[in-house]
Amino acid sequence: MKGEEDGFGFADRSGGEKVEQLVQIKALFFARARDLTGINDVLLEVPSGSTTKDCLDKIVANFPRLEEILGCVVLALNEDYTTESTIVKDKDELAIIPPISGG
Amino acid sequence: MASSTTESSRILHEIETLKSAKSDLERRISALESQLHGLNHPHNNGVCIASSTSPSAFPHGLSPDMIYRYSRHLLLPSFGVQGQLRLSKSSILVVGAGGLGSPALLYLAASGVGRLGIVDHDVVELNNMHRQIIHTEAYIGRSKVESAAATCRLINSTVEIVEHKEALRTSNALEIFSKYDIIVDATDNAPSRYMISDCCVVLGKPLVSGAALGLEGQLTVYNYNGGPCYRCLFPTPPPTTACQRCADSGVLGVVPGIIGCLQALEAIKVSSAVGEPLSGRMLLFDALAARIRIVKIRGRSLQCEVCGENSKFKAAQFQEFDYEKFTQSPLSTSPLRLKLLEPNSRISTKEYGDRLRNGESHVLVDVRPEHHFKIVALPNSLNIPLASLDGRLEEVVSALKEEEHKQSSESSGADVQLYVVCRRGNDSQRAVKYLQEKGFPSAKDIIGGLEGWAHEVDPTFPSY
Repeated sequence: MKGEEDGFGFADRSGGEKVEQLVQIKALFFARARDLTGINDVLLEVPSGSTTKDCLDKIVANFPRLEEILGCVVLALNEDYTTESTIVKDKDELAIIPPISGG
Repeated sequence: MASSTTESSRILHEIETLKSAKSDLERRISALESQLHGLNHPHNNGVCIASSTSPSAFPHGLSPDMIYRYSRHLLLPSFGVQGQLRLSKSSILVVGAGGLGSPALLYLAASGVGRLGIVDHDVVELNNMHRQIIHTEAYIGRSKVESAAATCRLINSTVEIVEHKEALRTSNALEIFSKYDIIVDATDNAPSRYMISDCCVVLGKPLVSGAALGLEGQLTVYNYNGGPCYRCLFPTPPPTTACQRCADSGVLGVVPGIIGCLQALEAIKVSSAVGEPLSGRMLLFDALAARIRIVKIRGRSLQCEVCGENSKFKAAQFQEFDYEKFTQSPLSTSPLRLKLLEPNSRISTKEYGDRLRNGESHVLVDVRPEHHFKIVALPNSLNIPLASLDGRLEEVVSALKEEEHKQSSESSGADVQLYVVCRRGNDSQRAVKYLQEKGFPSAKDIIGGLEGWAHEVDPTFPSY
């Protein structure tokens, strides 16, 4: 499994005359999130000023099967604790970590 | 020829008998040794203050034997006599003597913990051996706790080993946990993880939690020094579909081995008050990429149902809490047994065996994943994994047509039957439901799947 280049921009941007600044972030998938997406990581572009929640929404839109685990995951931005309202920056890494139960 | 077969079976039988007698003897010797040790040091919780052979105890309380045994610990400036003494006065409980618990117990016993408890209700099985390295072949079919305790005693007869041969439940957890300073979660299911964490919060015990599945592992210390508990991180349990077990998804043996070793390390650090325990952080181990990441996680949640500011979750609430209902999954490791179909849409493995012998014209679809099918399969079965069934219905149609064609040339008359099989009989029911909706009304599920086939029809059919 390897990372997938992101080919999707925001199609629903309104207005159109003003070109929004985009930032590129890398989403990292662990455990069940890997099974559901089939990949370990993905690059995506979001408008600057987007929050981790915005990133998650975009990720789920592209990998709808992730929906089932989002109620029970740890999120980490650049290996640090994050909340859904944190603003992401260019080159940030957003990790989606569902718990493993096995042993 | 016949006599040589009899002779070899006689020898095999004798080897088995001797092996079992040998392991019984070893177990009794180590139990007696620890009993003797307890008699020699009755007032110190099994911790050695001075060996009976040496009247001269040193002011710090380590006996000459202990000084020699743990010399490499004592030589560490950051651990030293104080670290070893604290360790030898502490008690640690390991819940689960499986893939995580095996290495954790081996290291905790070797390192000289004062008292080491083991909880498990399972027996050792052949398919545990690749990762549960504390057990030996002689113990297959016997209690994991007895087996693990015997190994620990062989490694270090000065540690007091306590056997809890029972399943951990809300009814016994408080009593068992209250006898230990530190709890190590080495279990394999979601309800146990919530139950253990909640019990640790109620009793104020630090929890060293490890997990492993497939090629990944996770490790955190919960409820330590004001840090978060399991529920602060995961207030809502994962959906049952996300709760995977090693028995279903597989696990590379050394992966829980590594996490279990790290659990022993964290437990030793907490009990000897050395270093910085992995609290408020989570270690993620990725075996395939050879990568370990440590991410910071949230602190204690003020809103946490169990450890939060206004939590009313105390011993009484713990004992009443239904963890199986909360997580919608069973505490025991017994696999799920779904019942999705009417009895007339199912047949037993015995009946399928009869129909097979009678040469009944049929198609058998095996809906397990391809890598399962490669391990073992019934003859003449057609592998269409459940996940790809909707795109491959054509293959079912053409297999049925082919069978019909064969049958009409033999002119036996009856309809071609369609059977579906999987590993345990859950996915096959899902597949039959789907097939019935898609125009195969007579599709039938083989109850209990290939495991049932091996149990009830063909004992030589491999289990996995």
